[in-house]
Amino acid sequence: MAYYAKSKGQRVVDWSVHYGLLACYLFFALFPLFWLFKVAVTPTKLLYSEGIRMWPSEMTWTNFTQVMTDTDFPQFFINSAIVSGSTAFISTLIAAAAGYSFSRFHYRGKAVIIVLMLITQMFPLVMLIAPIFRILTPLGLTDSLLGLVVVYTAFNVPFATFLMQSFFDGIPKDLEEAAMIDGNTRFGALVKIIFPLTLPGIAATLGFVFTAAWSELLFALMLVSSPDAVTFPVGLLTFVSKFSVDFGQMMAAGFLALIPAAIFFFLIQRYLVQGLTAGAVKG
Amino acid sequence: MASIQITEATKSYGNTAVLHGIDLNIQDGEFIVLVGPSGCGKSTLLRMIAGLEEVTSGSISINERIINDLPPRDRDIAMVFQSYALYPHMSVEENISYAMTLRKSPKEKIASAVNGVSSILGLNGLLERRPKALSGGQRQRVAMGRAIVRDPQAFLFDEPLSNLDARLREQMRSEIRKLHRKLNATSIYVTHDQIEAMTMADRIVAMHDGYIQQVGTPLEIYDKPANVFVASFIGSPAMNFIKGTASASGDGYHLQTDQGHQIILPESSGLKDRMDVILGVRPEHLMIVEEGPASLPATVDLIEPMGLSTLVHVRVGQDSLKIFTLDRPDIAEGTQVHVSYIKEKLHMFDARTEMRLESPV
Ligand SMILES: Nc1ncnc2c1ncn2[C@@H]1O[C@H](COP(=O)(O)OP(=O)(O)OP(=O)(O)O)[C@@H](O)[C@H]1O
Ligand SMILES: [Mg+2]
Repeated sequence: MAYYAKSKGQRVVDWSVHYGLLACYLFFALFPLFWLFKVAVTPTKLLYSEGIRMWPSEMTWTNFTQVMTDTDFPQFFINSAIVSGSTAFISTLIAAAAGYSFSRFHYRGKAVIIVLMLITQMFPLVMLIAPIFRILTPLGLTDSLLGLVVVYTAFNVPFATFLMQSFFDGIPKDLEEAAMIDGNTRFGALVKIIFPLTLPGIAATLGFVFTAAWSELLFALMLVSSPDAVTFPVGLLTFVSKFSVDFGQMMAAGFLALIPAAIFFFLIQRYLVQGLTAGAVKG
Repeated sequence: MASIQITEATKSYGNTAVLHGIDLNIQDGEFIVLVGPSGCGKSTLLRMIAGLEEVTSGSISINERIINDLPPRDRDIAMVFQSYALYPHMSVEENISYAMTLRKSPKEKIASAVNGVSSILGLNGLLERRPKALSGGQRQRVAMGRAIVRDPQAFLFDEPLSNLDARLREQMRSEIRKLHRKLNATSIYVTHDQIEAMTMADRIVAMHDGYIQQVGTPLEIYDKPANVFVASFIGSPAMNFIKGTASASGDGYHLQTDQGHQIILPESSGLKDRMDVILGVRPEHLMIVEEGPASLPATVDLIEPMGLSTLVHVRVGQDSLKIFTLDRPDIAEGTQVHVSYIKEKLHMFDARTEMRLESPV
């Protein structure tokens, strides 16, 4: 009410502050992306000669074509897509199952499991590289995409589980009980009633795990050496040679790397909207 | 159709006992109303019958067959949840027909059942909507529809009308009664509404703190409450209570009230001299009178005209009493009056046990 009672001047000020702040944030968040793109389309000869400009005097796509044709980047992309996609899929599946059980059932040892899962999140990853290398080597999982999927899944499942649990917690228990009374088994109720309502949670979890795996560098660098298993963050480093850095191609590769993630989020964004359970229960 | 037997059923959550030894036999086709204050375990009992809560000890049987371990879907029971529990991603029509769809009923049968239910419940224009686009009362009617569209062994209703306005509630009340007469399905109905309890029940079950306090027909419960709790809980406006000590006088007893008045008590074998007694008297059994031998002096505190009737609040010493009358008494707040009572209608309770002292009436 008070809002509408404000004078016109006050409203203009409110509006400006509101959008001004949003604009600042957007500028801050998007400027690096712009810069990435700008460098990617700047011809190499102009990169150092023109000084700092918002837009180069001449634009070129050669960096992009070179990345696609002269380097191993297409392979790196495919590797990254396989690793991130599988990790996201497997982690979310496990996390959904675990999160459902945490949310709905009481059993002995539940608290212990939750604490253990929290503890796994406390260590700096660097500490774990040596032991993990030691475990994976005899299993033949170093230098392989499968090894990366296993490691990423292990690291992402705890957080993803907590994420999924909170989504399940948000769905009233009464709904599956009603479905069970209506004639479903517990599993039937889960699939028919709870699953459709958890889609936003599943999408968020998929997105979270996918981006985490997509941009992971440390383990990819340490566990993989042969080019057929290199993922794109590691691949980016190949542009850094002993004597120079090929910024143009690096930025072009980086920009291309954004595309799958962008497509992924575009696909899941309609599930990210909240409010699917509105109207289920009173109050 | 089904009879339900509940035998020494208890429920605990960890160390918290919520239901203590519930014994209840429900006849086939009976309409049972569960009443009791918030938190006394009504929903818990309903959920145990539905199979949503484990029975900690004791047993629940349907048609003499113990069903403690039977999953909900095999019990063939329909339930209206206190929280409605509508499926938010389904339309009203899908919500109502879901149980029949699961049972793979033929399409035409589902359609006609949904039609029938939605006209009973006044949901005809809403079938395509999602629950979030409905008002509270409409949601409640959908929840109701989801249950009554089925033809189950038994119905469980957990405060199904609590969110409706008075008119709609009255209408739905008679719809449920009609439906019950038609299907004659065993029903257990939880409510906080006195009128629903009195008008709908074949038998009322009054609960308090996880114990059944009394089971009986509405009039039994109203006329012969088993203890102070039931007496105070059933009836609106609520029963008046006066504390005092019984003392023998002549061949009977009278009550020496804590306020220094004397009230002649009806006969009861349970009365003893010098026994602490709680006297209960319903507002409709008190009246304002001219001063007389059995009248108590009182001050009028408040007069509540209710159209049909008038509720007069008076004070006798420190005791507040409510008097229900169909007259429109011509008295002002603050005046002195005299109050009399119908002796045969007095309820007596042992102050120590709070149990009813039987009188021969
Ligand atoms: N999961 C639980 N853990 C512990 N206590 C519980 C649990 N669920 C219910 N209770 C307790 O059991 C008691 C009975 O609850 P119940 O929901 O059956 O009450 P009710 O009679 O239906 O009340 P209302 O009229 O408010 O709906 C309450 O005291 C409640 O706190
Ligand atoms: Mg309840």
